[in-house]
Parts: sequence; C-alpha cells; structure tokens
Amino acid sequence: MTDAEILETLTRILRDLLGEPGIVLTPATTRPEIPRWDSFSYVTFIVAVEVEYGIKFHLTDVESFETVGEIVAKIKELKA
Amino acid sequence: MTLASPQDFRARLAAANGVEAAPVRLAALADLARERRAFLETIQLDAALARTPGAGEGIEPLRLALLSAGTTDHLLPAIRVAGLGRGLRLETWAAGYGQYRQALMDPASGLHAHAPEAVLFALVARDFLGAVPVTAGAEEAEAALDAAVADLRGLWARARAAGAGLVIQQSFLDLEPELFGGLDAVVPGAPARLVAALNARLAAAAGAEGVLWLDVARAAARDGLDAWHDPLRWLQAKMAIRMEAGPAYGEMVARLIAAARGRSRKCLVLDLDNTLWGGVIGDDGMAGIVLGEGSGPGEAHLALQRYAKALKARGIILAIASKNEASVAEAALREHPEMLLRPEDFAAMAINWTDKATNLRAIAKSLNIGLDALVFVDDNPVERAQVREALPMVAVPELPADPALYVRAIAAGGHFEAASFTADDAARAGQYAANRERADLAAAAGDMEDFLGALAMEVDFGPVDALARPRATQLINKTNQFNTTTIRRSEAEVAEMAARPGAVTLWFRLADRFGDNGIVSVMLMVPAAGAGGVLELVNWVMSCRVFGRGLEEEALNIAVEAARAAGAGAIRAAFVPTEKNGVIRDLFPRLGFAPGAEPGEWVLDLAEYAARPTRIARKETGPS
Repeated sequence: MTDAEILETLTRILRDLLGEPGIVLTPATTRPEIPRWDSFSYVTFIVAVEVEYGIKFHLTDVESFETVGEIVAKIKELKA
Repeated sequence: MTLASPQDFRARLAAANGVEAAPVRLAALADLARERRAFLETIQLDAALARTPGAGEGIEPLRLALLSAGTTDHLLPAIRVAGLGRGLRLETWAAGYGQYRQALMDPASGLHAHAPEAVLFALVARDFLGAVPVTAGAEEAEAALDAAVADLRGLWARARAAGAGLVIQQSFLDLEPELFGGLDAVVPGAPARLVAALNARLAAAAGAEGVLWLDVARAAARDGLDAWHDPLRWLQAKMAIRMEAGPAYGEMVARLIAAARGRSRKCLVLDLDNTLWGGVIGDDGMAGIVLGEGSGPGEAHLALQRYAKALKARGIILAIASKNEASVAEAALREHPEMLLRPEDFAAMAINWTDKATNLRAIAKSLNIGLDALVFVDDNPVERAQVREALPMVAVPELPADPALYVRAIAAGGHFEAASFTADDAARAGQYAANRERADLAAAAGDMEDFLGALAMEVDFGPVDALARPRATQLINKTNQFNTTTIRRSEAEVAEMAARPGAVTLWFRLADRFGDNGIVSVMLMVPAAGAGGVLELVNWVMSCRVFGRGLEEEALNIAVEAARAAGAGAIRAAFVPTEKNGVIRDLFPRLGFAPGAEPGEWVLDLAEYAARPTRIARKETGPS
C-alpha cells in the first residue's frame, strides 16, 4: 500500500462525504483549505477511513492530525 | 438483502441524480433506500434526497424532532433515508446537544417552530440516575427510579402539548463498566441494575400512555454494545449511538413510525419445499422430508414453523405459495406427525404450478389486502428474484443458504413492527381463515341476499371511549382502502375529538355464524366550525374483511340516529381520493349523500334520511 494509493482513497472518501467531486488532497492539505470540512464532517471522515481500512485511530491522534500527510502516515503505521 | 458494492451504488446513485423530474428521481432514490447500505453511502443518498423537493406518489411527509442528551446530527441522514425506504418523507429537526428541556419549555424554541408530528427522546441514563450512590438501599433506589419515570413522563406530556401525536422513547443503553461483576444486577444502587430497572418501568409506562418504545438496548444486547456505542466518539463528539450504527438505527426509527402510520405488513407468504420443511414432498414423499425434533436441520424447519405460528398468534395472516401438486402438499400439511402448521392456520393457499408473482397477486386479492402488505419467504433465489422483479412492492427477505438462519433473516427485516397490540389483533389471523369458510358458503348460496341472510350477522356499537380508543386509533391508522379521508390520528387526538361538545364517535363490531370479527369500523364526527347543526364526518374507516356485507349501510343508519340524538340536522363528509381507496369512490352518493359546496364534499340531510334496509341485526345488549 503506497502513500499515493492511500491518498487516492482518502480523496474519494472526502469527495463522497462532501459531495464535491472536484476536491484534490495532497499530503500538505490542511482542513481549513477545504470548504465545509468542519469538525463534524472531520469526525465523519475519520470514521469512514476507519471503516475502509479496518483500523482505529487513538483519540489523541484524531485530535492532533494537522495535515492529510499525517493521516496517511498513521494509516500506514496501523496497517503495518 | 445483500450489501450492494460501492461501485454499483455509485453508478445507480449517479443515474438517479441524473433524472430531471423530481417525482421520478424520488422514486429511484426510494428504491436505493430500501437496500442495505453503509453509513457513507447513506450520507450520499441523503444529500441527493435533500436536492429532491416534495413528497410523491405513496410517500407521506412527516415532521420529526429529536430530543437528545448528545449529538444526533450524524443519525439524521440515516433516519431520513430509512424513512424514504418505508414511504415516509421525514423532515427532521434536532435540539442542540443537551438542549432538550429548554426546547420543550420555551415556546419560542426551534422545536415549536418545527411543529413536530413525532418527537423522539434519545437520552442518557446517567442524566436521570447518576446521582444515586452505589450504597443506596432498596428504598432509596426505588424512589430515584420513581422520580426518573415521573420526570420522563412529564417530558412526554410536554411533547404532546407541543402538538406531537407520536411520542417515541428510546430505551437506555447500559454504558456502565462492571463495578462488582455479577452483583451489578443485584445491588439496589448498582448503576447497571438501575438502568435495567429504569428500562423495565419506563417500557410499562410507555405502553400505558401509547408512547412508542425504540428498543436500542435490546439491539445492543443482540449485536453487542460495541456495535452500537463507541466510547471514543462519545468522549470526542457526544455521540451515544456510534456513526457506523446509523443505518441500523435509522431503520429502527423509520420502522416504528411506519408502523404507527399503518405501513407495516400484514401477511407472511411461505413456500413449502426446502422452506417449511427440508426436501421436496413430490419427490421425497411424506417419510422423506426433513422436519421435526431429533435432527438439527429438522428442528431448523420446525423453528420457522414455530416462528410463523407465533406471528399468527399476534395477528399476522399466514399464506402459502408453492409449486407443488396441491393434493400431495396438503396431505403433508394435514398428516405429517411433526407438522406444526396445519391447513387451518393458513388464510390462503396457492399450491399449483403457476409462477409465484401470479400466485401472490391471487393471494392478496383473495385476502382483500394490498400487495405491499405481503412478505414472501422462499428458499429459491430464482423465485425471489422473479417476485422482486415483477412485484417490487412485495417484501422478499434474502435468505441465507442455511435453514438454521431463516428465522433470524426474516425477523431482521422488521416488516411486522407494530405500534400497538390489542385483543382484536390476536384474533385477526383466525378471522381471515374463517373468511375462507364464508367464501365457501357464498359459493354454495348462489344468491347474494341468501348468502348475507345465511351469515346471521349482528352488529354491536358504541362511542369511542377509553376502552375502545386503542383499537379505534389503530384501525384509523392502518386502514387504506375503506378510508374516506386517510387522515391519521394519535390516541390523544381521538380522545380530544371525542370529548368535544356535540361530537359523535362510533365503533362497530360485526359478528356472524363463523365468529366475531371484532371492531371493524370507526366513525368520528365533530361539530362543523361555523355551521350550526352540521356534523363533520372527518374519519370513517372499515376493515376490508367485511366489505360487501351491508355494514356501511347499517353503520350509517346507526350514525344518523346518533347524530339526530345529538341535535344535528346534517352530516357533511369529504372523500379524499388516494391510490388505495378507489373501492369507496362512490360511497357517499351510493348512500344518499348530495354533492356539497366544494368538490369532494358530500352532505346528508338528516330530516329526509330513511333508514336503509340491511341483513344485519343489532345486538340486543348493545347501546341503542
């Protein structure tokens, strides 16, 4: 599982969730850059990612992710 | 039902989204809503629904408010989507986190502006019992439980005062960690015991007050608490029900509201070979089929029969649709020593070589119920697919390959959810079976008048008082065919209307030589606003089981007498056409009503009304 594959999956999930097919995520993307990616849709996004990968983030991780790249790295770590 | 693949779902959602006409798009979304889906797909479906205005053919709008101790925003899409799957367009409003008391008490709150027809209380036990110390004695614990129940009943009363005819109380999840172990169920002040006791008491109070019980605690007991509650999401976002459980939760809510609106199903249609028993009766013979105690597979088929029998005992009609030689299959039903269901348990039997869809149509017609009242159970995936294709309104549970899991698969569909249970319900399935005998008599009698005379019918009637109210309300809410206005009512509304000065409310019970049909018709008449001496017939319903026997004439005779006694000079009625009440399209003109001022309005002048002859006697002991 490469970083690019994970990034592609996260992009698909966020597009479905927000109904915005034009969203593009990069490792450097932060939440405020994406319109309507508020704290509620962030929790929804996290749960969707957990379901997709069969993983569970720690609460402290969920609250400390700053960039999409950090989420990608944590997924790789949990799936390793 | 199988979980559709995400790709397939995406393609079908895109196709539905591409439809220009809103009603057609809504119907396509409703088809998707009837399938099982994960929570992210539910959110997408809900977003498409939000872009599709209005209700549609057979889709009823209803305003629902959620009053919750925690966050419920993540559950609203699933509730709306599940509602759509059951013919309900739910307009939802949710109180802010922990704001439910203020919302109820402040007349300027968003709750009151929403004017909810249904209110759902989704609360947390700790808010009501958290102050009880673990050292509390039995008396102190009881007092705390009494206070919690009284508090909650007060909230229900406020919801009703806010105009909600339907009040739904969610059972409390036991979120408490083990404190003692086994003693948690024993020590009076142990948190787990308090939650269990609160649920038991509150369920009893809900039953007494006509409040619907949303039993997530039982669902959690079945699926495991982890399937319903995630401590992380509670701590992080105050979600008492976890996000992934949204679709299942939405189903439970929608199913309960649909039941209260008369949208539950009425009849279980069963296949025989490899469903009601193992093997093929035509090939294996009576001695060769697998059924009964002593072998696991035999007990699995017996368990399905036991489940069907239990459903019949609560009033669900049973029927058979089987490709078989009728004489051979019927002999097995009659004579097999292990058979729990016998021919007299079934209100309709279609055992022949015709296709199942045709047979299901015949069964619905013979029982005089809609195809959307049927649940069809068949082990054969080809038969299931044929019925789904030909008759999408019939519910067809997807059965697993192993018969041991049949009962669970059928029950999981929740098609027979009930909002109330009365003695009349319990008797109903037997009454349908008795209808088979009445049909035989009709065939023998030849002439309609001879038949009606031979039935020896007797009507009993009375005002809709507290005793008759539950059944009368239920009949108003579940009757679709003989229903003049299709206005649904809660028990509280019926009570309020009956109490109005000058109102005339009536129930009718019909018995004949084959048995008592129970309360089969209800009329609600209230004084018309601004028109002295006029009674407005706002609801008239009659069970389809007794159509064509002259009860509508005799009921009107009785209603006219009661209306005259109440000082009325005329009865004004409205006929509101729906997809299903075409059978009474010409009811009012046929009964002598004259066209009123408005289209669809009918007026009966009581001074000129002459009682119409019928073959129905009045019960001597009844009120007159």
